[in-house]
Amino acid sequence: MDVVMLSRLQFAVTVFFHFIFVPLTLGLSVLLAVMETLYVRSGNEQYKRMAKFWGKLFLINFALGVVTGISLEFQFGTNWANYSKGVGDIFGSILAIEATLAFFLESTFIAVWHFGWDKVSKKVHCFAIWAVAFASNLSALWIIIANGWMQNPVGSEFVNGKAVLIDFWTVISNPFAWSQYAHTILGAWLLAGFFVLGISALHLVRNNEKDFFDRSFKLAATWTLILAVALPLQGHSHGVTVTKYQPAKLAAMESHWESTKSAPLYLLVFPDEKNRRNYFEALPVPGMLSFLAYGDTQAEVAGLNQIGASDFAEFAAKTGYKADAPVVVMADGEKIIRPLKPEDAIPPVLPTFLSFRLMIGLAAVFFVLAVVAWLRRKDIGEHPKIARALAWAIPLPYICLMAGWTVAEVGRQPWIVNKTMLTVQGISAVPASSVALSLAAFIVVYGCLGVLDIWLLRKYAMRGPEPAGHVAGVA
Amino acid sequence: MTDILSHELLQIIWFLLWGLLWAIYFILDGFDLGMGTLLPFLAGTDDERRIMYNAAGPYWDGNEVWLITAGGVTFAAFPTAYAVLFSALYAPLLILLFALIFRAVSFEFRNKINDPQWKKVWDVFQFLGNFVPALLLGVAFAGLFQGIPINENGVYTGNLLSLLNIYGLLGGIFFVVMFAVHGALWLNLKSEGILRSRAEACAHKLWLPLAGIAVAFLVATAFYTPLYSIYLKTPVLGIIPLLAVIMLFSIRIMLQAGKHISAFASSAGFMLCVTLFGVIGMFPNIVFSSIKPEYSITVTEASSSQLTLTIMLCVALICVPVVLIYQSWVYKLFAERVTEKSLQSDHAY
Repeated sequence: MDVVMLSRLQFAVTVFFHFIFVPLTLGLSVLLAVMETLYVRSGNEQYKRMAKFWGKLFLINFALGVVTGISLEFQFGTNWANYSKGVGDIFGSILAIEATLAFFLESTFIAVWHFGWDKVSKKVHCFAIWAVAFASNLSALWIIIANGWMQNPVGSEFVNGKAVLIDFWTVISNPFAWSQYAHTILGAWLLAGFFVLGISALHLVRNNEKDFFDRSFKLAATWTLILAVALPLQGHSHGVTVTKYQPAKLAAMESHWESTKSAPLYLLVFPDEKNRRNYFEALPVPGMLSFLAYGDTQAEVAGLNQIGASDFAEFAAKTGYKADAPVVVMADGEKIIRPLKPEDAIPPVLPTFLSFRLMIGLAAVFFVLAVVAWLRRKDIGEHPKIARALAWAIPLPYICLMAGWTVAEVGRQPWIVNKTMLTVQGISAVPASSVALSLAAFIVVYGCLGVLDIWLLRKYAMRGPEPAGHVAGVA
Repeated sequence: MTDILSHELLQIIWFLLWGLLWAIYFILDGFDLGMGTLLPFLAGTDDERRIMYNAAGPYWDGNEVWLITAGGVTFAAFPTAYAVLFSALYAPLLILLFALIFRAVSFEFRNKINDPQWKKVWDVFQFLGNFVPALLLGVAFAGLFQGIPINENGVYTGNLLSLLNIYGLLGGIFFVVMFAVHGALWLNLKSEGILRSRAEACAHKLWLPLAGIAVAFLVATAFYTPLYSIYLKTPVLGIIPLLAVIMLFSIRIMLQAGKHISAFASSAGFMLCVTLFGVIGMFPNIVFSSIKPEYSITVTEASSSQLTLTIMLCVALICVPVVLIYQSWVYKLFAERVTEKSLQSDHAY
């Protein structure tokens, strides 16, 4: 494998690992804040115990989220030096602002919350968890504004391969970024809802701490149902946004090869990527793809065979692309050349297509589970099968979110900055052997830590809350 | 609004802020890193070890954000320097990263299972996760001062060992000892009884080696790096290394006078002056090439656009004071010493 593929794999491994921990932080922080607000408002100690118990799981999850994030920031420099050099003016400044506005707030107030139970007043303590919830969701906004700029590079112009900021407001009000942010946040909050539902249901079946987990379950059931309904609706609107700014991504999601007016949606279809067509297309819903993408059954939906060439033409005109110019010259003088042909300026279809279907399929499962959980919110303990299904469903939102990000990132290829910079043009002149070594190290270290962390989470989740009236004890 | 400050002035401001950010990171995370390095040497019992963990407890995460910010500001204000330095320092940075990951995890995991073997494993990671970053930061900054082998394309032509020359190693040891003294002075403020007196004695004992290594480093800097040229040209800047020496002696004097807070503050001042001494010495370059001076990257070449630097300055001027206010509130909130009794709380590490 060459340095390009290794660097991409390393980023994929580290970003996916990071994203095991992030969504729970985003969603559970808000749920914790709600629980603690209920405690402050009602004075009911049960809500305080809830905040403490779910908070303990939150903290086990949180630490790994923080440190695995640093490896992403570092990697832009270590492995994507040409990208960093080219886009620092915009992308770099957004990351710096993210740290200044959000990370300080998050890390400082999580300390107040973690260590401050006996040190600050109830209200200040409750404020601390709201600050954490606000800050973590704010940090997600900034990083998605940065990512959104890669998907839809607005507010800037490219001069000699470097992005120069023209209008900061345009960059931060990027409609693509806000749509993707809403989609990500709803997904993360849904994930946290299923996390609380699954663990509570298991305890309720075992008749453990009935009142405690009843309250947790009811809160999460309403929360999850709202999100399971909101997510597909917003998801549709996000799909329309994607169509508008990245028609190639939509075409890859649907394996749509030829530009067609009044395009049907095939219920059964499978891409034949090599021959740039589908193996089969069956059960068409007439005009449906046009309708979903543009709200008009007659609209033309661009196909991959046409988009590749036109995107390439736009890119070549904008940047003066020379296919035979090296993307990077290594220290030993080796030139890495990766010419791109116009027709190849499309994303890998199969992974985008399959990830999209996985995401949609899981969303349907979530809807059903959320409705069932809500209907059984008062007597879930008497339905062990449903309870167990909910526990087994905990990993599913994780898989769904990763599938969604696979659509977003693989579907953006071959660009690192949409129609402006190729992914291969972003790499560092670092020997492939170094990257192979660090990738191996990441896999081993992250693998071990991931297993340990999930094991600890499970252990503490199954142990349940400290007995009521408990004041101190050493774990 | 974009033309209030000229691009040149903004570049100088950001270069100084860049140095300042690294200095703040060293001062804040320095005591965590130093304390972790001293863990096997100062703590005898499990309670003592836990006191050391909890003396860093509410702070280490917030302190690490200064590293993220320093990295982010390098990326934002000087993208070319960020790209060249981070890809050149590939191996040390990734090792630093893994060390920091293990440090964070050892805080979070150690006390979750009550088993001596389990705890022992995380104590080893806590030590390595603090000692290795201290060493590597020293090696990396010494390398930065000395120049790194980059060619005309800004591509690193050295190998892993290129930085580990005499000057680089001296820088590494300097940072480890400097952080260790800083950490001991912190523990001196955060603990009681025998552990506190051990910490105080440790700071005392390490002071002379620190002074020796600092002098050796300053002298070696004259031979191995071009840092002094700006100080010879503009002698008034000589106040920075002079202040560093004063602060160094102040650590000793305050410690002897029993003024422990002032001793810690002197150590912080020492680290600030040392960092600024090195960073200012690099100006007008931000990356020296040890192959040819012409391959060096200047602050001007590396910097972002005027608009970006202006916006970031606004953000920094508004946000950083707010950050400093709430972070100092948290320092005050948890100012009391960690005791064996406070370990009984179920929130303690």
